[in-house]
Amino acid sequence: MGFALTYKPFGVHGLLIEWPQRIDESILHDILRFKTKIKSHYASKLLSINHAYASILMVFVEENFDFHLEQRELETLYEILDDNKQESRLLWKIPVCYDPRFGIDLEVLAKEKNLDVAQIIQRHSQPLYTVYFIGFLPGFIYLGGLDERLFTPRKDTPRLKVQKGSVAIGGTQTGVYPSESPGGWQIIGNSPINFFNIEEPHPCFAKAGDALKFHPVSIKTYNDIKTLVEAGVYQIESEVVDD
Amino acid sequence: MIEVLQPGLYSSIQDLGRFEALDSGVPVSGVMDEYAAEIANSLVGNPKDYAVMEITMMGPKLKFMEPTAIALTGADMSPLLNGKELKNNSLIIVNKRDVLSFGKLKKGFRCYMAVSGGFQCKEVLGSKSMYAGITKAGNITKGDKISINASKVLHNIQFSKLKVNVDYLDILNLEVFKGPEFDKLHHKEQQNLLTTKFSISKDNSRMGYQLKELLKNSLHPIITSPVLPGTVQLTPSGRLIVLMKDSQTTGGYPRVLQLSQTAMNVLSQKFTGQKIQFQLKA
Repeated sequence: MGFALTYKPFGVHGLLIEWPQRIDESILHDILRFKTKIKSHYASKLLSINHAYASILMVFVEENFDFHLEQRELETLYEILDDNKQESRLLWKIPVCYDPRFGIDLEVLAKEKNLDVAQIIQRHSQPLYTVYFIGFLPGFIYLGGLDERLFTPRKDTPRLKVQKGSVAIGGTQTGVYPSESPGGWQIIGNSPINFFNIEEPHPCFAKAGDALKFHPVSIKTYNDIKTLVEAGVYQIESEVVDD
Repeated sequence: MIEVLQPGLYSSIQDLGRFEALDSGVPVSGVMDEYAAEIANSLVGNPKDYAVMEITMMGPKLKFMEPTAIALTGADMSPLLNGKELKNNSLIIVNKRDVLSFGKLKKGFRCYMAVSGGFQCKEVLGSKSMYAGITKAGNITKGDKISINASKVLHNIQFSKLKVNVDYLDILNLEVFKGPEFDKLHHKEQQNLLTTKFSISKDNSRMGYQLKELLKNSLHPIITSPVLPGTVQLTPSGRLIVLMKDSQTTGGYPRVLQLSQTAMNVLSQKFTGQKIQFQLKA
């Protein structure tokens, strides 16, 4: 692919690889390909590896690793990165109830944006979002692809308690609070499903690179799904997509 | 088995951390003061990665339902066994029905208890470290019964002489490295960051330590990027936040410094109002 990457030490264990600092799907795919390569190349020499929008952070088991040596090794590894077509990815269909009893900021947002509530819901549930990474809280998915008309600043003072499942908009991003937590994003709905379930082999069903679509449901459907989720029998709808 | 008669202020079981679910947003967790935990394990003959009990500020009251050997390290909280004074940093033989309690906090902030053979807690995502939402609870509560493995040293006690350093409990300086955004600070801002004696604010926990004095700066927020325990973030309002073991896995504030593990050990033993100063390591 050939982005200009920079390499920086991060404490005695860490090495940070940075891409051009922007939110861009071609950067995400480059990161994911390189990350897979790094994982298999370094294997047990790595204590952990994590990525976000435009960077990868590697943590070595060994303290005081030779930074310059590893940088050269990574540069070589990046050069021979094959430009294969990306793997097929999963599209997750996420039920969301946009009823005002959940979407407590919907009306204010509609007024600010000079849209009606139905248009906001339509614009939020229309796009195919991309999962960039999971961070902040266990199961908090960072999504790209929000309609520009819905960009809205975070609240000046964060709420001390945001309900589990809250679907919200913060700046240019949208996401779902996987558990009750403080939060400053504007809340427009709620999803009845679990975004993080420690009982599952993969506690968070989605992974970076996957696609996600919000699917509006009524209060009744919301409650029906919630019952199934609580009984542990709800299956999140998904399908394989090839781009 | 150990029965929790009183939980103390905040006590939890911690090992060296959980690294396999960072990309699901799961914090690393693990002992805040790795040095003290390692010493505690060594004293009772455990490997250094065994889980220990991390005890914060006010100790619990614990009843041992089986004989074992324990060691206490880190903060000095005036430990007592059946009301009799104990010493930190030594091997302590415990009999069935003995009660361990703690008195006044004399030095440091976090005390570590290792039991010979280790704690028998369930591993979740590769670690025994307690974290609410990942393990059943984030800390121990009254009435808990904690299973322990049979002691290996009890029948073959060797009072090993271990040279234990306790000076770090009083150190002012934290050894740091430049963070990824350090060079974006103006020269004057860098100087202020490295010459100011900062005090610990009341917002200090296993998630992070916020510092009281503000550092005026002209940095812009960054695109959300990975962080680690020991990362020092700087907010637009000038607040410095030292991320600790239960911190989030990514963040959007500039990362100006990165603490060494030694510095994290030192900081873990500090509490509200105490001073620190960053010392850049080349």
